[in-house]
Amino acid sequence: MSKYYLSIKAFRFIWSWAMIIFMVACSTENEPMTDTDNFDRQVMLVNWADNIIIPGYENYVGKVTDMVNAKNVFLEDRSTENFDGLKNAWLEAYIAWQSVSMFEIGKAEELSIRDYTNVYPTDNAGIEDNVNSESYDLNLPSLRDQQGFPALDYLLYGSAENSSMILARFEAEENLRNYLNDLITRLSDLSTAVLQDWEGGYRDEFINNDGSTASSSVNKLVNDYLFYYEKALRAGKIGIPAGVFSNTPLSNRVEAFYKQDVSKTLFMTSLNASIDFFNGRYFNGNGQGESLKSYLDFLNSVTDGSNLSDLINDQFTSTKVQAESLGEDFYAEVENNNDNMLQTYDELQTNTILLKVDMFQALNIQVDYVDADGD
Amino acid sequence: MRFFNSNYFLKSTKAAPFAVFRIFFGFLMAISLIRFWALGWIDKLYISPSFHFSYYGFEFVKPLGEWTYLLFLICGISAVSVGIGYRYRPSIILFFLSFTYIELMDKTTYLNHYYFISLVAFVLIFLPANAYFSVDAKRQPKLSFEYVPSWSIDTLRLLVAIVYFYAGLAKLNSDWLIQGMPLKIWLPAHYDLPILGKFFHHNWLIYFFSWSGAIFDLSIPFLLLIKRTRTAAFVLVVIFHMLTWLLFPIGMFPFVMILAVTIFFDAKFHDKLVSIFSVALRIDKKRFDNQKVLPQSSDQTNRATLLLLSIFFVFQLAFPFRHLAYSDELFWTEEGYRFSWRVMLMEKTGYASFKIKNSKTGEQFYVNNADFLTSFQEKQMATQPDFILEYAHYLKNHFEHQGHENLAVYVESYVALNGRGSTLFIDPSTNLVDMKESWKHKTWILPFNDEIKGL
Repeated sequence: MSKYYLSIKAFRFIWSWAMIIFMVACSTENEPMTDTDNFDRQVMLVNWADNIIIPGYENYVGKVTDMVNAKNVFLEDRSTENFDGLKNAWLEAYIAWQSVSMFEIGKAEELSIRDYTNVYPTDNAGIEDNVNSESYDLNLPSLRDQQGFPALDYLLYGSAENSSMILARFEAEENLRNYLNDLITRLSDLSTAVLQDWEGGYRDEFINNDGSTASSSVNKLVNDYLFYYEKALRAGKIGIPAGVFSNTPLSNRVEAFYKQDVSKTLFMTSLNASIDFFNGRYFNGNGQGESLKSYLDFLNSVTDGSNLSDLINDQFTSTKVQAESLGEDFYAEVENNNDNMLQTYDELQTNTILLKVDMFQALNIQVDYVDADGD
Repeated sequence: MRFFNSNYFLKSTKAAPFAVFRIFFGFLMAISLIRFWALGWIDKLYISPSFHFSYYGFEFVKPLGEWTYLLFLICGISAVSVGIGYRYRPSIILFFLSFTYIELMDKTTYLNHYYFISLVAFVLIFLPANAYFSVDAKRQPKLSFEYVPSWSIDTLRLLVAIVYFYAGLAKLNSDWLIQGMPLKIWLPAHYDLPILGKFFHHNWLIYFFSWSGAIFDLSIPFLLLIKRTRTAAFVLVVIFHMLTWLLFPIGMFPFVMILAVTIFFDAKFHDKLVSIFSVALRIDKKRFDNQKVLPQSSDQTNRATLLLLSIFFVFQLAFPFRHLAYSDELFWTEEGYRFSWRVMLMEKTGYASFKIKNSKTGEQFYVNNADFLTSFQEKQMATQPDFILEYAHYLKNHFEHQGHENLAVYVESYVALNGRGSTLFIDPSTNLVDMKESWKHKTWILPFNDEIKGL
């Protein structure tokens, strides 16, 4: 009995010491207990869906519809005026695409919409083969680089020596007109399917999948966002043409290679969309909601770390300042002033690290497709 | 050698705990391997990647292409064979070899509990775990014993105790105890866990987890040894591992440990379990209760076994401390990190871009890691210097085959450790082609510009 009593005493002794050490450890932290309310991920998802993604897609589908109409007008009456109308509509839709490309989730992921919408450099020889043979299936993955905006870029701006000769080709070749029609119809089908899905049941599915697993909406979309930033924006639009991944610069890899003088516009739209998504800014510009920025700020109040969202936004700002100095035409920029491209790449790269290392760590987001055990 | 003649080594105990341990171990391993196979991980981790990261000194151990499935099959069959105690010795040797081979194929998948399983399998080779309630004992009465030397069961207990205690020692560092890291990163992300989740961003809960985790690991071996606290300790073990199982992607580890811990229970408990097994399986338990005692022969083999196991444990106790021989911060360089029961201590994220340069012409380009590595490999590579070095050499060979000449390979890598901001990790001016893997400190790892106090 006395032995039993002794062990109780020893037990109490150990625990009281443990508690004292525990409390000292907490107080040496010298920070108030975090008493802010928990961050509600669902509010962030609602903001993403209702104020950024769906309005972005509505805008994009609207522009694609304008392009469809301009195409119909042009195919009816192949005047120079109608040709210019179509080209303008193409550019407007291409710009609108830049704001939604990063949201490759749900239907967009299922359809691999980005791969069928904007793979460049486009395969102009393959396109001509398709036009001649009239046998092609745009659903095939092997035809990804023979469709979408880059293929239209080729048809509208690169399929003959100059604009009037291109127009003459459209006048003369029914096959070419059909191909144009098919490409635009396909873009329309793809974009409409994605928007309809969001406006149907997917929006609710998206916002209710607010857990913390690898397949949760936050985890998936943040991975998509970063994949887009790293591969499409940093590497695709700047790094690859500037020759970062090759021995020599590859000026023919710029976006809108045939139109040429819009590559900066497309890039800036994409960069701004990335920044706006990070900060939770509404697509229409009229407000701001919960976002990666506010989520990071909340988590920062737990870890008492450096203010990461400020670091990231500062780096976005300096990227924009650097990018503003680029010419409208990245082809010319790579040919004549590639250092400027490389500097822009470096600015983008700096934020790749902040986003992919620091932000991923802070959000505790698992890198895509790593499903294996850990310890 | 007189040591091995001391009273302790002459004591005998019931063999039932062995039977239970053997059955649990064998079938849990078989389930683990089936799970691994069913999840498609054999293909994903060992067959589809074009490149594999090797352990230093084990570069010859590589996946076997489609034959890797056969390797898993052999491993699984030998596990079942161990479980039922059929041709036990060759089976456990085969299991040890095949399992260890699998683990050595690619260090990307390194896990402490895989190492633990290899160690248990190694130790089991030398223990008479088939003496009781096994096919061997049924078929060959001369192998059937109701009693075995006490030390043989204590061997397993010691191995389990080391895992917990060393994992506890590793938690005695300022990041874990004072900063509450990496739990401050991990726990708030699980805000959706029922009941507890909504408190995970509160410091009091985070520190409760980190401190009680350390105290648990350090004390549990002793609480399990002491009879009076044993049941309570086992309840704690179950709660602890179930909680980690809910919170972290740690696969089969919680179940391995929970079942391994049952070895601490006394023979009566295991005897009861065996009775339950025998009723369920309609096996006559009585035939194994033959009162026979496995003779404590003082012959050469017995002594050699004891000597070998002694050396094994001295190594086990010392090896986790090898990081003391390295100068810079262990968490940063990871020199001496693996095989030391450092579990769930770090949140480390990295990014590494490799620059291939022609040192004559100055021409250079960056590598797209996704062309060579899976995202899992890339993730592991980016934070561990030995991976970075091995990959750099692989890139050099690859581009040399493509006809590039005078190759130098540089890396620009950033690492964030336990919530600190990302900083440059490897000296970007070091041509990694000139560096060789060794046990020596890698001087091209940039110094850690903070301090983590502790063991």
